Amino acid sequence: MALLDVKNLGKKFGGLKAISDLSFSVPENIIFSIIGPNGAGKTTLFNLLTNIYPPTSGSIFYNGREITRMPPYRIARLGISRTFQNLQVFLNMSAIENVMVGCHLRSKSGLMASAIRLPSVIREEKEVRRMAEKALEFCGLSEFSHKPAAGLPYGLLKKLEVARSLASKPRLLLMDEPAAGLNDTETTELCGLIRQIRDSGITVLLVEHNMSLVMEISDKVLVLNYGKLLAHGAPKDIQENPEVVAAYLGE
Amino acid sequence: MDQLLQFLISGLTVGSIYALVALGFSIIYNASDVVNFAQGEFVMIGAMSAIFMLKAGLSYPVAAFLSIALTAAVGLALEKFAIEPAKNATVVTTIIITIGASIFLRGAALLIWGKEIYGLPPFTSNNPIRIGNATILPQNLWVMLGTAVAVLAVKYFFDRTRMGKAILACSFNKKAAYLVGINVKRMLLVSYGLSAALGAAAGLLVTPITFMSYGSGVMLGLKGFCAAILGGMGNSMGAVLGGLLLGIIETVGAGFISSGYKDAIAFFVILIVLFVKPSGILGKEEAERV
Amino acid sequence: MKRLSGFVLFALACIATPFIFPDNYYVTVVGLTIFVNIILAVSLNLLMGYAGQISLGHAAFFGLGAYSSAILTIKYGVNPWAAMAAGALFVLVLSYVLARPILRLKGHYLAMATLGLGIIVHIFFVQADQLTGGPDGISGLPTLSLFGVPIDSDMKWYWVLCSYMLLSVLFSLNIADSRAGRALSAIHGSDIAAETMGINTSKVKSHIFVFSALMASVAGSLFAHQQNFVSPESFSFFFSIELVTMVVLGGLGSTFGAVIGAFLLSILPEVLIVFEDFEVLIFGAILIVIMIFLPEGLFVALRNKATMLLSRRLGES
Repeated sequence: MALLDVKNLGKKFGGLKAISDLSFSVPENIIFSIIGPNGAGKTTLFNLLTNIYPPTSGSIFYNGREITRMPPYRIARLGISRTFQNLQVFLNMSAIENVMVGCHLRSKSGLMASAIRLPSVIREEKEVRRMAEKALEFCGLSEFSHKPAAGLPYGLLKKLEVARSLASKPRLLLMDEPAAGLNDTETTELCGLIRQIRDSGITVLLVEHNMSLVMEISDKVLVLNYGKLLAHGAPKDIQENPEVVAAYLGE
Repeated sequence: MDQLLQFLISGLTVGSIYALVALGFSIIYNASDVVNFAQGEFVMIGAMSAIFMLKAGLSYPVAAFLSIALTAAVGLALEKFAIEPAKNATVVTTIIITIGASIFLRGAALLIWGKEIYGLPPFTSNNPIRIGNATILPQNLWVMLGTAVAVLAVKYFFDRTRMGKAILACSFNKKAAYLVGINVKRMLLVSYGLSAALGAAAGLLVTPITFMSYGSGVMLGLKGFCAAILGGMGNSMGAVLGGLLLGIIETVGAGFISSGYKDAIAFFVILIVLFVKPSGILGKEEAERV
Repeated sequence: MKRLSGFVLFALACIATPFIFPDNYYVTVVGLTIFVNIILAVSLNLLMGYAGQISLGHAAFFGLGAYSSAILTIKYGVNPWAAMAAGALFVLVLSYVLARPILRLKGHYLAMATLGLGIIVHIFFVQADQLTGGPDGISGLPTLSLFGVPIDSDMKWYWVLCSYMLLSVLFSLNIADSRAGRALSAIHGSDIAAETMGINTSKVKSHIFVFSALMASVAGSLFAHQQNFVSPESFSFFFSIELVTMVVLGGLGSTFGAVIGAFLLSILPEVLIVFEDFEVLIFGAILIVIMIFLPEGLFVALRNKATMLLSRRLGES
């Protein structure tokens, strides 16, 4: 059974069809990339999957369960996490605190218990810190853990978002243009990181503009054009697909 | 029926004042994304300065003109010295700056004019005109007429003049406006000046009916804010509509429930609007970009 | 215990003050006002500073606590502690019901809604004179007793209010450094990201709204008993603005920022009394100047400067 099943999904903004009649499914434990020219609806698709805004039509199933229009925090609870194209780092916190927020779902102390600081809270705090340190280390951010996020360079903030998502131990990770704005060395590092994420048992859904990155690491690729599915298959097939080539070269 | 007509007359009168204040609010909000909590102080300064210029022996029209000019200057100063220096301020910061400005202006008014309550003579005679069993004062008509003229002038300014269009361009996209050669800084100044002048006009119109003291601006300003939200934040004609509606709702509510709760009724209505349709009557829903 | 070293120092200073300056007007009279204001500023900071949700109506909950105590004890002869609890329960229910619709709003709309709430409650205090005594208020509250000891002197009130104040500060510091506090900061930083990290933002926001309202309500009850008198004036729109000013003056998001802000703004009138009519003007000017030049707040700006200098020193050696 597929981990993610999208059926006849559609989204209109005013009269504009951003996504129309889109269906696809994502098997577990692969790197699944979504590509397409600018404005093809890739980020919109991510926003529909995490219900940042609701779809106009169609449905989304995750692990056999319908998640269409479920509040974003409940979708997160089921094990879907994401990063953002235009960063949504908590700039008012340090790097490690950002990642500790990622552990929200794996801890449970409430407001009152925290105010009184019950022994269970102190224990949990230690545990959360350890988990966050582990996620930071995984993404190679250990040395920055106590730096304020606002002072970190762009490339590190991108990684920080990944670390934050990983800290929630997701089963499905949505990455929105993780390579945008990174230099070659950083992109190569990212490549390794995404593979490691998949190898740790997490399914990766990737929106990316960097074609060589996509073709190198993806197990499957889906091409969107004007909100519609254009092609779907292994990277090699996509590269040779004449329609895809036409869409990218602009007819 | 007569009672209702009477309420309608008073409602439209206060509503006109709210409309002018709300229009001032939305001009500044459009141009600079700032909700100006000192808007009510413009009303107070316009009225108080006119009162004291009259006392000093100036003729009514001269005092009126000078007080509007003076208030516009206060508006310019507010933009220049309190808003412009706070670049990249957050919403909370700008709210507090304008609240600070409101307190500052009130403090200045207290020092200059003291705590006493003053009135202005009506523009023309004070003989009530009877309509059925309802009465209307000439000043009520002046308020409505003055408001209508001011609103149409503002509408003409934004729809037809180069400068008005330039200000609108700034409100849509500051960077783009700057790139096509619009002096964004000056446009901001103009909108504060214009908004202050509108406030002063409201003060001149209403004072013959309701009196004025250094602290009267606060509630008028807040009501203008209510009206702007009711009509749809950022929509100038919505603000005018919101003002008129708020005036009528408040007067009718006060008449049928209790005059002591007049202000509470206005805020209650706004709470309901915010809970049900925060974008107001003519406003558009906004979506956040991720 | 490095985490609480600042708190311990602060607590010691509060405890030592009346011994160093016995029978001092600024300690036993102004001091009590300062404590109440600190409690209110700290509770408002939980909502405004941590969660980033502006409130221009915090005085309403303070007033509802105070009036509940006054009305229940005087008109219905209820035991003061029971009255305080009843007031808190009422505020809990009210704030819980209002939290969701109000906190769905953002920015200016949120400012308007909280402001409206504050003004409506204030008008109710003035107008419902059968219940609230109207503009004159209610006087003659019974003396509060703690473990059989009547709290009947300024010094006793000093210890009671000081204890509650320290407790509020401690709670606030604990929350900052916990899962709940991080969830609040996350909402402040980016509510969309917070939501996608699994935080039920509307629930978290309404919980802190209720918590902060409760702290204010209990402060109101204590204030009413200490003053022996309540009147609408103490709970007006202007007081809500003053509370916001305290929080912002010290530094949004910092507990000790709120403490410093409350302290400064409570002694300001005592200092400005020399300038009499200039008080309002100066108050407004301070607000503008601080917001333009130190938008992060006095305390936070100084603290950041100090850490920067310190780390540079350490870096050099």
